[in-house]
Amino acid sequence: MTAAAAFFYLFAGLAIASGFMVIASRNPVSSVLFLILAFVNAAGLFVLMGAEFLAMILVVVYVGAVAVLFLFVVMMLDVDFAQLRQGFQRYLPVGGLIGAIFLIEIVLVVGSWTIDPGLVQAPLGNPTSGESFTNTYALGRVLYTEYAYFFQIAGLVLLVAMIGAIVLTLRDRPGVKRQNIAVQNARTQAMAVETRKVPSRQGVEV
Amino acid sequence: MNAAPTLHAVLPTLSPLLPELILGIGVLALILFGAFRGERSTEGVNVGALILLIVALFVVVTQPTHRVTTLNGAFISDAFSRVMKALILLGSSATILLSRDYFQRERIDRFEYPILVVLCTIGMMVMASANDLISLYLGLELQSLAAYVIAAFHRDDLKSTEAGLKYFVLGALSSGMLLYGSSLIYGFTGTVSFPGIVSALHAGSGFGIVLGIVFVAAGVAFKMSAVPFHMWTPDVYEGSPTPVTAFFASAPKMAAVAMSVRVFAGAFQDVAAIWQQIIIFIAIASMALGSFAAIGQRNLKRLMAYSSIGNIGYALIGLAAAKEDGVRGVVIYMVIYLAMTLGAFAIILSLRRGRQMFESIDDLAGLSRTHPVLAFCLAMMMFSLAGIPPLAGFFAKFYVFAAAIKEGLVTLAVIGVVTSVVGAFYYLRLVKVMYFDEPQAGYERIPPGSAIVLGLSSVVVILFWLAPAPLVAVAGAAAKALY
Repeated sequence: MTAAAAFFYLFAGLAIASGFMVIASRNPVSSVLFLILAFVNAAGLFVLMGAEFLAMILVVVYVGAVAVLFLFVVMMLDVDFAQLRQGFQRYLPVGGLIGAIFLIEIVLVVGSWTIDPGLVQAPLGNPTSGESFTNTYALGRVLYTEYAYFFQIAGLVLLVAMIGAIVLTLRDRPGVKRQNIAVQNARTQAMAVETRKVPSRQGVEV
Repeated sequence: MNAAPTLHAVLPTLSPLLPELILGIGVLALILFGAFRGERSTEGVNVGALILLIVALFVVVTQPTHRVTTLNGAFISDAFSRVMKALILLGSSATILLSRDYFQRERIDRFEYPILVVLCTIGMMVMASANDLISLYLGLELQSLAAYVIAAFHRDDLKSTEAGLKYFVLGALSSGMLLYGSSLIYGFTGTVSFPGIVSALHAGSGFGIVLGIVFVAAGVAFKMSAVPFHMWTPDVYEGSPTPVTAFFASAPKMAAVAMSVRVFAGAFQDVAAIWQQIIIFIAIASMALGSFAAIGQRNLKRLMAYSSIGNIGYALIGLAAAKEDGVRGVVIYMVIYLAMTLGAFAIILSLRRGRQMFESIDDLAGLSRTHPVLAFCLAMMMFSLAGIPPLAGFFAKFYVFAAAIKEGLVTLAVIGVVTSVVGAFYYLRLVKVMYFDEPQAGYERIPPGSAIVLGLSSVVVILFWLAPAPLVAVAGAAAKALY
């Protein structure tokens, strides 16, 4: 129990600290690296909760794909983040005031917050309860049956994303020479080679 | 023989889902057709999309009226969802009719456009029949994502690209707020299904629910373009290609209003006291901004954007009443708003000479002499938007104000009347410009697609007073399904 608590505080503390560093660090590349650290720590928290599938998906999808894509974008685009951050000092008093008000409000709200103990003790709709399923098995069991509708709609959302990316970026550039294998294969000697008689001292026009 | 019952046990009832299935399978076929035929398929895909939408409309109208839930309660089909889906399908079909001519002239005529409109429509129909928070969110995302793309469809045009990007960034933020609110509601009620939330809230609600409702309201208000989440509307409406603007002002508004009614009057029915004040504030702010900010506008598309913000404010008065009469008022309002908006955009789209489109108020000068029929129709739309009897817009406002007064929200109704008087100023200014200013050179003939839309919407707007009973009955049945 104490080990789990220790790991919880380790992961949670690191996640918050790296989350802070994402916005605080001067170099955008290190911001993205801190973002990756935050994701990995969140994955650690998932493992502590027994959601190992979600943890691995978080690492694979967010760290492996999204964050690395971010890193590429940040490295390739020449965005001057120092310039974006200009005026930070100037707006600090107003922003700080609003932030402080929000902080006080949140403290007041959360201070009077009571969570129904029934909710904490019995997680609702846990498909693995009582049986020794793995997370993956349990998700697979409901994903294509109970949640088939959501799965299909999510598929349509991805289809829209794909069509949208093609519509907005694919261009037919005129004057670009493309390889057409069918045309290449269909070339015969008659099409490719021309035999001319060259008269003496006159040459030929090509 | 043995296989039948097992198959039946595995497959959920799909008959209420028929319109969505028709659109979904049909759009996949259209994508294949378009991908294989290339750019030559544009005409065919346009016609195909229109046929799909009309077939789906027919199926929706002929569906049984009683309440059916299927797919483990994620999908609900009742009188309310049928009316809203019919409106959504009408809006989308009208958009396809309005778009063809414009897209050909602008040389951005590609087959993906009708496909994206149909996919967007599927998302909106999912929203209208959502019976839990997950399907609500997925429908919303499907609708929004397709909308972001078609806002930027004129990708070589700076304004259109800007509109798409702005819509995307702000839309993603609002989706995030909606999701956060949904997660709070899930956390404090322990369920995502609307009937489950109703029974959980029946037992009592804590502060977390209030926080969740506030975030959900923010997300919903953004999608409806209600103040204070309206900032994107004028820019996106002005930048998008005009038929796309017509689309944004029609079908997605229906879906957003359907969604807000489903969430607030449906799932949060028992905690009306919590959300009522939010909706009242949003309604007042939208009506006020819609009337005052529109006065300074010279661009017709921006004017229509502010007009749509104001109109959402009036429709929300009905929702704020939080009773059956109020929801009936909302449905009637949305029907008439759809007719007025589509009619107005059909006219804006016919102000063109060659490749040049005109969208300034001054371009309307003297339209009564160059194009008397168009000018008459636009004048009727504007009188109706201003709420002058006996045109349809008067009845729309009448039913929502009556519902509000019945529930004791007299101040709200009075503010509504005052702002509609202010709004009348800029609607009537258009009439003045058309009838009393010096005429300019005439415009080309109205394209056939726009003529059909304009004809139908003018009939609804001008002749609604002859037979309001059927619509009122349908809207009443829709409202009854929720209470």
